[in-house]
Amino acid sequence: MTTTTLDIAGPSARGAAPIVAALPLICTNCGSRFDAEPTAICLQCLGPLVPEYDATRTLPDRNTIGRRAPSLWRYREWLPFTGSPTLSLDSGFTPLVESPALARRLGVARVWVKNDAVSHPTLSFKDRVVSTAINAAHAFGLDVIGCASTGNLANAVAAHAARAGLEAWIFIPHDLEPAKVLGTSVFGPKLVRVRGTYDDVNRLCAQVADSFGWGLVNVNLRAYYGEGSKTMAFEIIEQLGWRAPTAIVAPMAGGALVTKLHRGFREFSEAELFDGALPRIHGAQAAGCAPIVRLVERGAGRIEPEIPSTVARSLAIGNPADGLTAARAITETNGWAAKVSDSELVEGIRLLAETTGIFAETAGGVTVAAAQQLARAGRLRPDDDVVLCITGNGLKTLDAVAGSLPEAPVIAPRLSAVAALVEATANP
Amino acid sequence: MSLTISLPSVLARLTDGQRALQATGTTVGEAVSDLTSRFPALSPRLVDDRGEPYPFVSYYLNDEDIRFGGGFGASVRDGDEIIIVSAVAGG
Repeated sequence: MTTTTLDIAGPSARGAAPIVAALPLICTNCGSRFDAEPTAICLQCLGPLVPEYDATRTLPDRNTIGRRAPSLWRYREWLPFTGSPTLSLDSGFTPLVESPALARRLGVARVWVKNDAVSHPTLSFKDRVVSTAINAAHAFGLDVIGCASTGNLANAVAAHAARAGLEAWIFIPHDLEPAKVLGTSVFGPKLVRVRGTYDDVNRLCAQVADSFGWGLVNVNLRAYYGEGSKTMAFEIIEQLGWRAPTAIVAPMAGGALVTKLHRGFREFSEAELFDGALPRIHGAQAAGCAPIVRLVERGAGRIEPEIPSTVARSLAIGNPADGLTAARAITETNGWAAKVSDSELVEGIRLLAETTGIFAETAGGVTVAAAQQLARAGRLRPDDDVVLCITGNGLKTLDAVAGSLPEAPVIAPRLSAVAALVEATANP
Repeated sequence: MSLTISLPSVLARLTDGQRALQATGTTVGEAVSDLTSRFPALSPRLVDDRGEPYPFVSYYLNDEDIRFGGGFGASVRDGDEIIIVSAVAGG
């Protein structure tokens, strides 16, 4: 059992000199190098920046990692800091749950569910990326963080900012699911509902980050934020006993998760922490917003943006910033991409729940339904070991499944009423 | 037609620090050409080799992504605003 002292880096940390430093940045497009700063854009070509790690740094072996606390920081040599991060030290290391029943349904050898539906503290994988972004904000001395969000990120930024004593400005589409709105408001941020889609919110936040000097985690802190997603890949490798699955299925919104899973698997392979091939990475989207799937299907070209129309609001990004790199990750690993209807994703939520006891939000339903589609198409094979990435909790999107479930019978408080029900169940 | 083009700060260093500039033209593409004729260093960061929008920026005409309205061929009117932002954001 580990404990967290919340005031370890609470309001008192704001005035203190940070003991963590962010890594310098390098452009993935033109290779230009920059000092660490709260920007995600190359000054030369406007391409995306990523942290540049010291190739000569000492890396831990399996045993050393295994002795560390069960959080995403056990992989700190692959996270974009020197010194000691002090904020959000207890996120990550979520369960990896095997499901023989789901494997039978998919017709593959084995299936595991990477269950970020129980991520601490806000029940989605966004706790991972905010953990790294908030330490970058601290390293840069920023007192205000924020984001453009489809919901889960809003929850995470609000919660992590609250515990760190930082002010948060959070921008969301005006018509987001009530649970995601309330699950953000409760932490006391400045929450702003913007008339429009997530893509409208995102455009506005690009302007906000450029104007107010705040640290918007998925805009100007994006280079550091994205690195947190790699830890899902690291955990899968370690939790499988330092080996890779043969295939993985992950949901795609902006495309960053698939991009960073690929990078994470590559980094652990290069560090010789596992042997053999990288897993085939399969991406999943809702058919009502599938610009990355359609790019994979076309085989080449640019992302063609879409106006989203799906109940999978957490995946409803019509203009995905990492769409191109996600498509590359998929094709380079011989994976594929699948898009599913809203009714299929609801069935996916139910299948996951009934076979694993895990209640996923709509994005999880997309992942499971996409896995079924990939299996039917022969993209998942009978000898495959498959990991499904479940990135958010079903309690946040109750409306999506509410109409699809049977209504529970109401009975009198009498044993005879129960007996009648049992008989009816036995002889429907 | 006279309209305003708003640039991200990363590009304002190529326009003597100006982030809101006036331009003329009947389409988005013509307005962008007018701007780059006055600030040639902007050209490779706004337009690609094929004359299409540079992939690392997004264009909005009065808050609408121009890719939904004809791209550089989208018609503009007096007083319109073209907003250019980095495409590397979000998710």
